[in-house]
Amino acid sequence: MNALRELWQSLTDSLEKLGSVIQFLLRLTANSPRALTRFDLISQQIFNCGALSLVIIMLSGLFVGMVLGLQGYDLLQRFGSEEALGEAAAIGLVKELGPVVTALLFAGRAGTALASELGLMRATDQISAMEMMAVDPIQRVVVPRFLGGVIAMPLLAAIFSVIGIYGAQLVGVQIMGVDAGSFWSQMRASVTLADVNEGIVKSLIFGVACSLIAVYQGYYATPTAEGVGRATTYTVVTSAVVILFLDYLITAAFL
Amino acid sequence: MGKSRTLNLGTGTFVLLGFAALFFLTTQTTSRGLPFMSPPHYDLTAKFDNVGDLKVGSPVSMSGVEIGRVTKIDFDESDFKAVVVLRINAKYSQIPTDSDASIYTQGLLGGKFIGLTAGGADTYLKDKDQIDFTQSAFVLENLIGQVLANFTKSKADAPAADAAPAPAPADSKAAGKPKAAEKTK
Repeated sequence: MNALRELWQSLTDSLEKLGSVIQFLLRLTANSPRALTRFDLISQQIFNCGALSLVIIMLSGLFVGMVLGLQGYDLLQRFGSEEALGEAAAIGLVKELGPVVTALLFAGRAGTALASELGLMRATDQISAMEMMAVDPIQRVVVPRFLGGVIAMPLLAAIFSVIGIYGAQLVGVQIMGVDAGSFWSQMRASVTLADVNEGIVKSLIFGVACSLIAVYQGYYATPTAEGVGRATTYTVVTSAVVILFLDYLITAAFL
Repeated sequence: MGKSRTLNLGTGTFVLLGFAALFFLTTQTTSRGLPFMSPPHYDLTAKFDNVGDLKVGSPVSMSGVEIGRVTKIDFDESDFKAVVVLRINAKYSQIPTDSDASIYTQGLLGGKFIGLTAGGADTYLKDKDQIDFTQSAFVLENLIGQVLANFTKSKADAPAADAAPAPAPADSKAAGKPKAAEKTK
């Protein structure tokens, strides 16, 4: 009986959490149009989320692409169709690996930075101070960070995919000796605009999800050192699970 | 001031890079570039009894060289045929009017493509012209069905009498098939 009550309690707790996250999202979107008038704030956050994540995104993209080239070549040459490497690598990167790996890296690099920054602002009473000065902290601090993340994510994912394709080309063509012409022409013949669109839609949705989770965790962090630490951890864990779950849903919707 | 300048520079560079990457993905990894980037072309139409699994975007080739792509596949209700629009690169403007279009398969089980075989006429196909001589897609199931029907027919004459009406509709539908087979031989 006690166990049942605890189960019920945790169920209602998580539903309540979900509800408050969605309410927070609605609040952010309602505030977004007004925040766009102060674009310098958003631009600064695009720099923090995007430009500063560029190195890790590009390096990971290169290595993921190289591994794809190597594994793809090994698998495809068993069927004597190693020319399809370009096609396999491009579709894999554009539709799946680009958006998903970028989102996971983004959660680790930018999401944690957002959550701990907001958490520390909360812990050091900066947010209360703003409220005291009649400055809306959502408007001034949270929304620019959220929008910066949303804008930066699709761009990062696109950069990741392009670098990854060149990584696969580097291994497949330069090292394994696949013909460069058939690598590119098979890719062009089979990748459609719909595939690219799917990747863009995915990265946009992941951008919203990652930024929302990071900002929410930071903004509502317990104002202690421990609380900020926990907010950062939860940001990464929740983001990773949500990204992979959403990935399945979006893929199913597109098929 | 100096700090905000480098910051804006970084943001600008990042956004530029991101859009360059998006542009690369849409134009370089897919077959369709932007409309203003597509080379000059002209359209031809051809009617087929059966296009099989020919798709929009399938290549059109002549002597194995790709000269265009399929841009539209439609169904003509007046004569129950598939109408295929071929977009041919303007570079290849001297295709004789009596050329014929056939649907072939890439490899054993690969996708379909249209192969044009040049005729001997002195006049050339222009934009919106129709290719009159066409040969339908080779559908493996029809051929197997036919072979089986012939096999049962030749095996025994008496039992075949009541088995014959069943494959008959398939025969009439695939009326072009035996001719096609002869032609390829």
